[in-house]
Amino acid sequence: MGIPTFDYIRPKSLGDARKAYDAAGDARYIAGGQTLLPVMKQRLAQPASVIDLGGIAGLSGIQVEGKSLTIGAMTRHADVAASPDVRRLIPALAHLAGLIGDPQVRNRGTMGGSLANNDPSADYPAAVLGLGAIVLTDSRSIAADEFFDGLFTTSLEESEIIRAISFPVPERAHYEKFAHPASRFALVGVMVSKGAEGVRVAATGAGQTGVFRVPEMEAALAKSFTAAAIEGITVPADDMIADMHASGAYRAQLVGVLARRAVAAIS
Amino acid sequence: MPSGPGVSAELPLASQNGTRTLRTDPKAAPHAIDQETERPMPEITLTVNGTPQNLDVPANALLVDVLRDTLNLTGTHIGCDTSQCGACTVHLDGRSAKSCTVLAVQADGAHITTIEGLQSGATLHPMQEAFRKHHGLQCGFCTPGMIMAAVALVEDKPEIDEAGVRHGLEGNLCRCTGYQNIVAAVLDGARTMHSTKAGG
Ligand SMILES: Cc1cc2nc3c(=O)[nH]c(=O)nc-3n(C[C@H](O)[C@H](O)[C@H](O)COP(=O)(O)OP(=O)(O)OC[C@H]3O[C@@H](n4cnc5c(N)ncnc54)[C@H](O)[C@@H]3O)c2cc1C
Ligand code: FES
Ligand code: FES
Repeated sequence: MGIPTFDYIRPKSLGDARKAYDAAGDARYIAGGQTLLPVMKQRLAQPASVIDLGGIAGLSGIQVEGKSLTIGAMTRHADVAASPDVRRLIPALAHLAGLIGDPQVRNRGTMGGSLANNDPSADYPAAVLGLGAIVLTDSRSIAADEFFDGLFTTSLEESEIIRAISFPVPERAHYEKFAHPASRFALVGVMVSKGAEGVRVAATGAGQTGVFRVPEMEAALAKSFTAAAIEGITVPADDMIADMHASGAYRAQLVGVLARRAVAAIS
Repeated sequence: MPSGPGVSAELPLASQNGTRTLRTDPKAAPHAIDQETERPMPEITLTVNGTPQNLDVPANALLVDVLRDTLNLTGTHIGCDTSQCGACTVHLDGRSAKSCTVLAVQADGAHITTIEGLQSGATLHPMQEAFRKHHGLQCGFCTPGMIMAAVALVEDKPEIDEAGVRHGLEGNLCRCTGYQNIVAAVLDGARTMHSTKAGG
């Protein structure tokens, strides 16, 4: 298939990366390349410059900081899944990372790349929104509720770089995924968490505008953290993705089923 | 196999767009020019199956194309070229990766193992031997990728079970076997790998 050619730039610092991006105009960052390269093969992106974030020190790794876990943007999915710190403090996040794609994809793909891409069927957006994480960029910090901005869109500025993601450690959390049988992406995935800031329920794979919270379920679970408490709470089928794989009604049904399973697993 | 410092000739890289020149001589000019685009080609070093290779590659070259077309390591297959099938699986710094979804320049400095680098001398790697013994293949097209994925999968998992093997091979498709014999081969190969390790 091949990829049209481009200038390849491998900066050593965030500042240089951003300068290179702004100078090039028509540029893309590359992290794990597990989304960007397939997209470039399909000619859905043909940047004149590709700027590799792989040469910048300090962008990968997992750190425990007080009551939060900070994960570098270049941390591979496989390393999140295998990390003893993540498994101990937020097992739901390690579990989710281990369900992304397949081992080869998990060995290359990164958390920052997944979030910047904001695919409506990706898993990490459910973790970031469902755990109330903060996205740290080269210039500011963005709360999860402000970060996702519709299909494949985020509140990142054109050349802004995700540096790390900071997750508050919840009391408990669980992720339930109904994987698309061929692509392994989430047909629907639901993250439920209970922590200092309250209860969060976030669904991916389902919404026409990407990952979303379910406030009615959160309110019911805040009163009684049981699967029975959210029995009968539904999301509008008309707002769900409908395609050859599943209708909107089917996805809406799955949101309820997976949310109840997630709650049951930790209550 | 053209490898090692003895090979300094200019090897043609067959690409869909025509012929480019790649230099494998480390003393050659540091930046060859991509004849098609007239852009300088980045110089990279890959250690492939233990042999360091200095290569000038076009920025848009995929790792799989450099392995197959420049280094003539055609055991690494291209099945889908869309990141789905795993036929192109190699080890990049010890981890399985789909070489159709890695730019060669991203792999600069890395150690790459391909199916050709698995056996020692005339002795097959235990995982290769297990695929032979259990008939874990029919046409054989998926086999190099399957074996590379399997070796990386079981490397640090002596206790892996059938469910673990099936989950761990989700990135590798086989159109022939129905997977039964592949799973049997991987379980057996894992046992042999770990018992040989334990026995020294
Ligand atoms: C076969 C297959 C199956 C998959 N299955 C799943 C699945 O089940 N669930 C799932 O969630 N995903 C899945 N994915 C996608 C995978 O998780 C990707 O790794 C991820 O979406 C992108 O991460 P990356 O590091 O590869 O990013 P890249 O492909 O390198 O980049 C993606 C985009 O993000 C931008 N970007 C990258 N890093 C940064 C940064 N730090 N700051 C700002 N912008 C940045 C890039 O410019 C680009 O636009 C699958 C992919 C494949 C090929
Ligand atoms: S050829 Fe690379 S995954 Fe199919
Ligand atoms: S043996 Fe033919 S594709 Fe697997």
